[in-house]
Amino acid sequence: MLGKLTWEAIPFNEPIPLIAAGVVGLILAAVLAWVVLKGHLPYLWREWITSVDHKRIGVMYCVLALVMLIRGFIDAVMMRSQQALAFHGPGYLPPEHYDQIFSAHGTIMIFFVAMPFVVGLMNYVVPLQLGVRDVAFPTLNSVAFWLTATGALLVNVSMVVGEFARTGWLPFPPLSELAYSPGVGVDYYCWALQLSGIGTLVGGINLVTTILKTRAPGMRYTRMPVFCWTSLASNLLIVASFPVLTATLAMLLLDRYLGFHFFTNEAGGNPMMFMNLIWIWGHPEVYILVLPAFGVFSEVVSTFSGKPLFGYRSMVMATMAICILSFLVWLHHFFTMGAGADVNGFFGVMTMIIAVPTGVKVFNWLFTMYRGRVRFTAAMHWAIGFMVTFVIGGMTGVLMSIPPADFVLHNSLFLVAHFHNVAIGAVLFGALAGYTFWFPKAFGFALDERLGKAAFWCWLIGFYVAFVPLYVVGLEGMTRRLQHYDQPQWHPWLLVAGVGSLIILCGIGFLVAQLVVSIRSRVRRTEPTGDPWDARTLEWATSSPPPYFNFAVMPNVKGEEHYWNIKQAARKRMALGPEPEYEAIEMPRNSPTGFVTAFFGTVIGFALVWHIVWMAILGLAGAYATFVVFAWRDHGEEVVSRDEVARIDRANRLARKVAITEVTT
Amino acid sequence: MSAEAPAVSMIAAPASPVDVTGHGDGGPAPRHIIVGYGFWIFLISDIVMFSAFFAAYAVLASATAGGPGPKQLFDLHNVAIETACLLLSSFSCGIASLAVADRRIWLTQGALLVTGLLGATFLGLEVHEFAHLVAANAGPERSAFLSSFFALVGCHGAHITAGLLWLGTMMAQFQAKGFRADIRRRYLCFSLFWHALDIVWVAIFSLVYLNGALT
Repeated sequence: MLGKLTWEAIPFNEPIPLIAAGVVGLILAAVLAWVVLKGHLPYLWREWITSVDHKRIGVMYCVLALVMLIRGFIDAVMMRSQQALAFHGPGYLPPEHYDQIFSAHGTIMIFFVAMPFVVGLMNYVVPLQLGVRDVAFPTLNSVAFWLTATGALLVNVSMVVGEFARTGWLPFPPLSELAYSPGVGVDYYCWALQLSGIGTLVGGINLVTTILKTRAPGMRYTRMPVFCWTSLASNLLIVASFPVLTATLAMLLLDRYLGFHFFTNEAGGNPMMFMNLIWIWGHPEVYILVLPAFGVFSEVVSTFSGKPLFGYRSMVMATMAICILSFLVWLHHFFTMGAGADVNGFFGVMTMIIAVPTGVKVFNWLFTMYRGRVRFTAAMHWAIGFMVTFVIGGMTGVLMSIPPADFVLHNSLFLVAHFHNVAIGAVLFGALAGYTFWFPKAFGFALDERLGKAAFWCWLIGFYVAFVPLYVVGLEGMTRRLQHYDQPQWHPWLLVAGVGSLIILCGIGFLVAQLVVSIRSRVRRTEPTGDPWDARTLEWATSSPPPYFNFAVMPNVKGEEHYWNIKQAARKRMALGPEPEYEAIEMPRNSPTGFVTAFFGTVIGFALVWHIVWMAILGLAGAYATFVVFAWRDHGEEVVSRDEVARIDRANRLARKVAITEVTT
Repeated sequence: MSAEAPAVSMIAAPASPVDVTGHGDGGPAPRHIIVGYGFWIFLISDIVMFSAFFAAYAVLASATAGGPGPKQLFDLHNVAIETACLLLSSFSCGIASLAVADRRIWLTQGALLVTGLLGATFLGLEVHEFAHLVAANAGPERSAFLSSFFALVGCHGAHITAGLLWLGTMMAQFQAKGFRADIRRRYLCFSLFWHALDIVWVAIFSLVYLNGALT
């Protein structure tokens, strides 16, 4: 009846996951009870859960990322403390639990923190920067988000019902095959990623179509902000690489469920084929994450230097060069496979070459700041911290692109230090810079600057204290994922790294405090004009938060920095332009399709993990029925009346008028 | 900090319906172009997924682990009938597209019915072939070669199955809702999907069956 699922799936003898799950469960129950008792449920359902507004969906992506960041970070602290304690001893985490923790940490941080964070920012900002009212496929956008949330849910369920993978964040065979991982951990991993992977792919298709086919009049390619360009490159990479992940995990699942021999040791299976396939997805994935971060920094540096971005065209060229080159370097993840000197040489050189466009970008940001009036806001702190940290991380990467050096450093903590150096220094700093920069756009009030800077300094210092020691022990020969060790020269460094993770913990504490303090003082922080940073791109041309139709009148773009130019003209004139002719606007109607699809997706995923056939069939039937019900809908759009549009826009015009007069008097 | 300006002098120039391509000058492209374009992007991603299965097949084709190889197993006669079914179904799908353009409901439904029957015949033949192989102790567990064969061809078959479900839903929509613009857009996507599966089949036919049986 319930397949492999029995009471033994619940780890009653392991206190840590049980207590953690209990606490999380209590918090969830409390939040749910509060929502229901306070009567917020209809509001949540109407305005958020069924929303197809790209801005709401973008915010939900970012909320998911921030919540999962805390989960992933708890895993990190447990790993650091285990390694600090486990010198000549077992530490406090038994190996089977420790292995699940490092696997979950990587999986969560990449798929459910970094991905939703950058996807959320792109979702929120790209249509606004393009001057349009929504993405190409609004309902599909909602499906994409909820499928991502489904994956995150399954990963967290695995903590108490069954187990998570013990194979690392990528399930390398033959370890991940049924013979060596007979439990449900790898199955949880695979189904969670298959579901969220579909969501990512659908989202990628959506944004590619949005950027290539729906732009405001006059928004030519060479007038698009750099964030749109990097989003385009990132989503092209999603479309081209995520299907490979889907196929690879499908092969592994066929091996595990139906006795296929893709990657097994017997019957001609080829484990190294898994390495090749997974990294053909995995290396572009690195750039899927980092390119949008580069876009954020371009916007932030340009805005807070008070200058147009230096070398716009070279920035675009560099972005697209990285987009293509990222498919030509995958083998550097396993030089030790033994493909021979020629193959390794080729991929080593390609890896060095990809550093060139990246270097171009760094110089462009530096030259943008040069002779600018730099305002050292919290967002700018993240950007400058990124430039320093990312250059160091990039150089250790180029170091490892030399195959002989890689043979020594492969799978050592030096590698771990390297990719954290770029993942934290570029992706996370970029996400947090974007969060700080666009928060006032999304909510109409800015985050507290002092607490934001405190969070930045804790993250920056904590990062160096936590990861420079890992470079050192890596060079001393310490491999990754050790549960215990008896080398005395490693121990002090690992103690220091543990302290570093505590400093980062303070950084997270400041981020939480910043959010709480800012929300509590939001009335005082309200910013009525919609342009708090004196910024340059179109998203600042509308009010904060923008009305759900984004722009009362679609902008007609006349140059590279259209909004900046009309703003300067208005300042000179000391008056706004004439009021536009308002018209009624058609907007897509909300739909629960995404949420319902994801509900059935969760059912299917859970049923397949535990081999509950009837439940999986039921879930599939439900998903198909959802599709039919959506197809049968007669009215996909609703009309916002002309008066409504005029009323909303006039309020914003008034605020901007006041701002202009204040400056002049 | 706030020195602001208007969202004002930004009135969109009225775009002529002819030059609206979405390339920037005339504003967003019309709905049917956006939908078709997005679906093309999906098809590209789907073909990337197939290419991973093709690559796996290429790597594992010789890994027969002492079991039967392509030459012993493939029955080109069966494959020829399958191919004919699929190509003819693409033709009737094209007829249906013309009928949709002319708003002729019975021709549309008839052509779609033929498409579905041909697709179902193809699927039946494929299931028959698979059952035959499994019965002859040449199932996917036998060797890495057979694993990759069943996965690649089965993946195409799963797409055909999904396509048949979609086709049934499509026929029901035409019957219930008529030739509404959104339903015609969906039909455009369906026909693109069906033709793309044909292209994948041509690759499977040449690279797997022909190549396997002849070399």
